[in-house]
Amino acid sequence: MVSFELSDEQKMIRDTAAAFAIEQIRPAARAADESGEIPADVIAKAWELGLVRGAIPESYGGYGDIRSAVTGAIVAEELAFGDLAIALHTMAPRLLAYPVLEMGTSDQRESILPRFGTDNFVAGAAALVEPRFDFDPSALATIARRDGASYVIDGAKCVVPLAAKAETILVYAAANSDAGQAGVDGFIVAREAPGLTISEREKNMGIKALETYELMLKDCRVGAEARLGAGKGINFTRLMSESRVAMAAMATGVARAAFEYARTYAKERKAFGVPIATKQAVAFMLAEMAIEIDATRLLVWEAASRLDKGEDALKESYQARNYAAQSSLMVADNAVQVLGGHGYIREHPVEMWLRNARAFAVLDGIATV
Amino acid sequence: MIDFELEPQVLKQVEMYHMVAAQMMRPISREYDEKEHEHPRQFWDAMWAASQSLGPAAREAAPSGKDDGGTAKLRNLYTCLSTEELCWGDAGLFLSIPNPGLGGAAVAAAGTPEQRERFLRRFREGQPKWGAMAITEPGCGSDSAAVTTTAVREGDSWVLNGTKIFCTAGQMAAEGSEGFVVVWATVDRKAGRAGIKPFVVEHNTSGMTVVRVENKLGIRASDTAMIVLENCRIPADHLLGKADVKQEAGGFKDVMATFDATRPIVAAMAIGVGRAALDFVRDFLEQNRIPMRYGLSPRRLTTIERDFMEMEVQLKAARLLTWRAAWMLDKGMRNNLEASMAKAKAGKAVTLITQKAVELLGPVGYSRKQLVEKWMRDAKINDIFEGTQQINLLIIARRILDYSSKELN
Ligand SMILES: Cc1cc2nc3c(=O)[nH]c(=O)nc-3n(C[C@H](O)[C@H](O)[C@H](O)COP(=O)(O)OP(=O)(O)OC[C@H]3O[C@@H](n4cnc5c(N)ncnc54)[C@H](O)[C@@H]3O)c2cc1C
Repeated sequence: MVSFELSDEQKMIRDTAAAFAIEQIRPAARAADESGEIPADVIAKAWELGLVRGAIPESYGGYGDIRSAVTGAIVAEELAFGDLAIALHTMAPRLLAYPVLEMGTSDQRESILPRFGTDNFVAGAAALVEPRFDFDPSALATIARRDGASYVIDGAKCVVPLAAKAETILVYAAANSDAGQAGVDGFIVAREAPGLTISEREKNMGIKALETYELMLKDCRVGAEARLGAGKGINFTRLMSESRVAMAAMATGVARAAFEYARTYAKERKAFGVPIATKQAVAFMLAEMAIEIDATRLLVWEAASRLDKGEDALKESYQARNYAAQSSLMVADNAVQVLGGHGYIREHPVEMWLRNARAFAVLDGIATV
Repeated sequence: MIDFELEPQVLKQVEMYHMVAAQMMRPISREYDEKEHEHPRQFWDAMWAASQSLGPAAREAAPSGKDDGGTAKLRNLYTCLSTEELCWGDAGLFLSIPNPGLGGAAVAAAGTPEQRERFLRRFREGQPKWGAMAITEPGCGSDSAAVTTTAVREGDSWVLNGTKIFCTAGQMAAEGSEGFVVVWATVDRKAGRAGIKPFVVEHNTSGMTVVRVENKLGIRASDTAMIVLENCRIPADHLLGKADVKQEAGGFKDVMATFDATRPIVAAMAIGVGRAALDFVRDFLEQNRIPMRYGLSPRRLTTIERDFMEMEVQLKAARLLTWRAAWMLDKGMRNNLEASMAKAKAGKAVTLITQKAVELLGPVGYSRKQLVEKWMRDAKINDIFEGTQQINLLIIARRILDYSSKELN
């Protein structure tokens, strides 16, 4: 039956995440963007929320929470409302942990998951995006060639979060370049593996506090047991859908941050003797921002609820992701506009949200629910 | 729990409405677009007969903002579903269906229980009837509080004078059936909106004349009437609610509240028209073997894919906002903000979707051999009536900024 109501548990989780975002993340956001460093205590406190450890089975030291894409989307929105870069950093270990949890063999789960069932933040990473303008998750140029009992991986990756710190990186590669999406595999690769080089830290337009790296894979040889899911492989479509839901949910959070800031400003700032919010040209911008934020969230929830029911959500998550990429940019841009010249100055956060929002049309696979 | 899935029983109902749309509306859609002002009697009779055989809940087609206790039934949401289906069939014919309409909604919202029974029971018996609501005047539309039509008390009667325009189903309600028109008039100009009251004017009341039926861009199967009230005398108890100008409740405010219920329905109308166009384009692309590659990087999509996917997701976004607004009403929550969000989004989105459909299909879209051009003409009204795009943005802006209508206008 159709319902737009969160469960009591979801409301509680949302409130916790929201409080954390407002009290811990937001105050650190600007300085982190300028310095590129996220305060260690914010990362540590975020870890204590169980963002990663929560879903790890109790036998591996986790809390054994049932994963829900809807709940995950709600949390992702709230954290990104605080700050996108910090949110992405705190959730990054999921990029390795969740696919292993969901699709790994028991040996793979055994070797990876206990690392995340501990009291302190442990980096984890996945490498999906490639440094090409026509990069497409369903047509990867990174190739894994079977060679006897091992795979040899060749290719280049970029925007790999926390790669320099993660002991292990999940590298996505095409087993056969013509096979399209069904042919994508994940390989659990040690950072120190021969043939794998990690670049200097990347410099991007936004989400500057998130450490990301380029990866070069040249004759990078891994054992057959490194293939996620072993002989069965992975359901890459589902992993992408989960990622798209997470990214779209975070776009909603960034948009809401920009909207709320602009709204408050518009009621205070006076021009021609009256608050600018009393002018329709400004008020209507805010109204449209509000509509688009709600529309985006509903699209995210729809896709997420399909995932929770175990249904295919390729189309829905893709729609939500593309919509969110547009709407969050529009909202952030309007927010800068509402602040006028002041919006352009780094004293206010709206310019940062504009830079961050642009990421959603460009980046894939750097978050998951 | 967040859920967007309709139960099998509901889907069966939706399917039934879809059959009506496909089998009874589509075949006459073009005909009554071309023959503006002619009456699709057969269709009306069939729809009337169908409404008579339904249960009491379904019969009172007019939705009300009143909370019915938040029972398991999602009446407003289901009305949106059936509306979408029927408007997928034909939005003009949908608006022409004999029912209590907006007039009925006003009676339900502002009338006493006795008045509701007295005025609405006719829709459960006899020949097809229409209800209509007349607020708009030549000098005021969006500013509905500026109505100049007057109501003066004389003994046991009210005497109405003024001109109303753009009254949907006005002709059938005022002269074509045993229906009624709910006329908005001021009992006291000085009292402003508090002085504006709704009056039920029965069909064929002397002094009420339909002087003109408009020729329109679209929804041509629906009559849009200009009604002149000249010393139109009606019984005192035809004023809905209370005459007291100090008591705003029972008057303007109540009927403004019906918009919270009707705006999601207008949004659903828009969505029905938009889906008609979208389905047509989808079929066309399939026939021409143009695949939609969902999941592909948007940078690698063709413009046709991008356009189509954009239309599709915009329609879905509008639908989700609409469902939410209707669902909130069903749960007894205040949905004033969400209803305007749904209406503003759907009105705009569907206007653009249908325009894009004509563009994508080229001469096929522009040709009157197909219905696509008609859907583009039909769609536009949804961004105008029940509050224009701008008026809905204004309502949203007031709500999110916590401004009164004095502070933001
Ligand atoms: C086919 C059809 C059916 C209709 N059915 C009915 C019916 O059954 N009953 C009924 O009473 N009415 C009905 N209407 C009237 C309809 O509700 C009005 O046309 C509508 O509310 C707009 O009013 P208006 O035409 O006077 O435009 P105006 O109010 O003159 O508006 C003109 C333009 O100015 C904008 N505008 C106005 N005020 C503001 C503001 N404060 N801020 C920003 N922009 C503003 C509007 O958005 C619009 O773009 C119908 C109209 C049509 C065309």
